[in-house]
Amino acid sequence: MTTHINKLGYIFSKDCECDDILKNTLAKTKDEVVSELIKSGLRGRGGAGFPIGLKWKFTASQPEEVKYIICNADEGEPGTFKDREILTQVPKKVLRGMALCAYVTGAKKGFIYLRGEYKYLVPHLQKNIDEFHEDMKKFNIDLNVEIFLGSGAYVCGEETALIESMEGKRGEPRNKPPYPNQFGYLGKPTVVNNVETLASTMIVFRLGADVYNNLGTKDQQGSKLFSISGDSPKEGVHEIELGMSVADFVNEFGDGDTKAVQVGGVSGFCVPRKNFNKEIIGEGNTTGGSTMIFNSSRSMYNVLHNFLDFFAEESCGQCTPCRVGCQQLLKGIEAVKAGEKSPKYLDQLIKLSKTMQITSKCGLGQSVTNSFTSIVNNFREEMIY
Amino acid sequence: MVGTKELIKNLSVKHGIERKSLLPILQDIVEKENFLSNDSMIEVARILDISAAEVYGTASFFSFLDTEARGKYKIRVCKSITCDMKGKNETIKCIENILKIKVGETSKGGRFSLLETNCLGWCHKGPVMLVNDEVYTELTPEKIRETLSEYIREEK
Ligand SMILES: Cc1cc2nc3c(=O)[nH]c(=O)nc-3n(C[C@H](O)[C@H](O)[C@H](O)COP(=O)(O)O)c2cc1C
Ligand code: SF4
Repeated sequence: MTTHINKLGYIFSKDCECDDILKNTLAKTKDEVVSELIKSGLRGRGGAGFPIGLKWKFTASQPEEVKYIICNADEGEPGTFKDREILTQVPKKVLRGMALCAYVTGAKKGFIYLRGEYKYLVPHLQKNIDEFHEDMKKFNIDLNVEIFLGSGAYVCGEETALIESMEGKRGEPRNKPPYPNQFGYLGKPTVVNNVETLASTMIVFRLGADVYNNLGTKDQQGSKLFSISGDSPKEGVHEIELGMSVADFVNEFGDGDTKAVQVGGVSGFCVPRKNFNKEIIGEGNTTGGSTMIFNSSRSMYNVLHNFLDFFAEESCGQCTPCRVGCQQLLKGIEAVKAGEKSPKYLDQLIKLSKTMQITSKCGLGQSVTNSFTSIVNNFREEMIY
Repeated sequence: MVGTKELIKNLSVKHGIERKSLLPILQDIVEKENFLSNDSMIEVARILDISAAEVYGTASFFSFLDTEARGKYKIRVCKSITCDMKGKNETIKCIENILKIKVGETSKGGRFSLLETNCLGWCHKGPVMLVNDEVYTELTPEKIRETLSEYIREEK
């Protein structure tokens, strides 16, 4: 059996070359930078997958004087740890990505929103930020970067909740539109980008947009970091060309007894063994890069229970479908397992999760149905017996 | 309370008295006083000129801004799925046995609080815990005992 996994080493290549890449890129006009980013196909690596070139372009076109850049290092999706690894190993790439964004958008103030769980990284990051401020003088980039610490709330990874919390409020997501690139931090146009997205801009301009675009599939270009955990002898962060099938992925990273792979974290989808050949990682599923591998010794009921417990706890409680829905889904599967409700009740719960998808305000409530439906449908007997 | 007032005054100089200063101020109070007492939240409200309910409402949203009394060392054990698979329950039991407290409790004398938390971002090295800001990965009973005994010794 051949494995079609193309392992790459771009993101974690030494970051000392960044200043050269930045220098060459700054020689281009802002429009050229934007169109190359668009051409590269690079999309947000934080989950929503929005094209970075367009995001920067919209923000650049806002007439306001004051603009902000926020690097989203909240990384709260269970099973994800790649941003921590990037900030540890190649923080320069992230900061140079922010510098490029400052050049394109005209922002003069940037933040790294670092989750409280990674507070131990502050001295390391601050040292890099200080050097960055010094280094940028020679490029005439006037961007002041500051660390803002989170305080243990998953939903604050959602960009508008993140902004609310930076403004000193409860981290409750806002209605969109307006999007942050129009009305963001303190009401000003704000670019929010994931750590990996910012670092990836350095790869786009190192390789050139065309080469970058040739990596991956039609749907998803480029290379991507995967945080791999669970029943795998190769747990850790791996950079892989997008577009491999789950079957190839499991051959490479599974322990030989893989029963299911959770792609895209708790908000993503559970792929059962029978679909390993059908599913391509990165197509139709989220791009956050969390992949958790479960072998046949694991109870999928326990997995789902753990996920629902997470959602019920992390729901900000602002909208009823999500607040009540998460709790009811959790109680519901417990009742079915205990025999208090008939197995048919599971279908009602699936309907409830679909309603949450349509009526919830933010991505948290909207995506509960992904793991719920894919686990219940594929492992129904485990939910009952 | 004098100490708290003084602390909050200093923090308002360091972080400012705008609404956006609220989180950094609360974070620093928790670091110094282990949790946010009613008195400290009322004082912050006074200095920032917002209602105490706003301060409490914001603080209670964030799991790291404890509004209940906590110990000097907060132990947070990751309960997300991969850590669970790798022995989170044994980890908790081991800590409970050593410190003689259950999850959610604080030891007598206010040294340790034991809490569970969601993903800490070390899924490939579970089970994992945080003791204040320090991360401890790939926990075994021996490693837990060693780590905690250092904190216990340090306290004496
Ligand atoms: C509940 C929820 C949690 C999120 N958590 C994160 C996160 O931890 N890190 C992140 O970069 N994006 C997260 N996002 C996505 C952000 O809202 C936003 O799309 C992203 O930061 C944009 O950056 P990108 O375009 O570079 O991906 C989250 C979204 C939702 C709905
Ligand atoms: S969907 Fe859930 S997390 Fe999102 S705003 Fe509504 S209650 Fe809050």
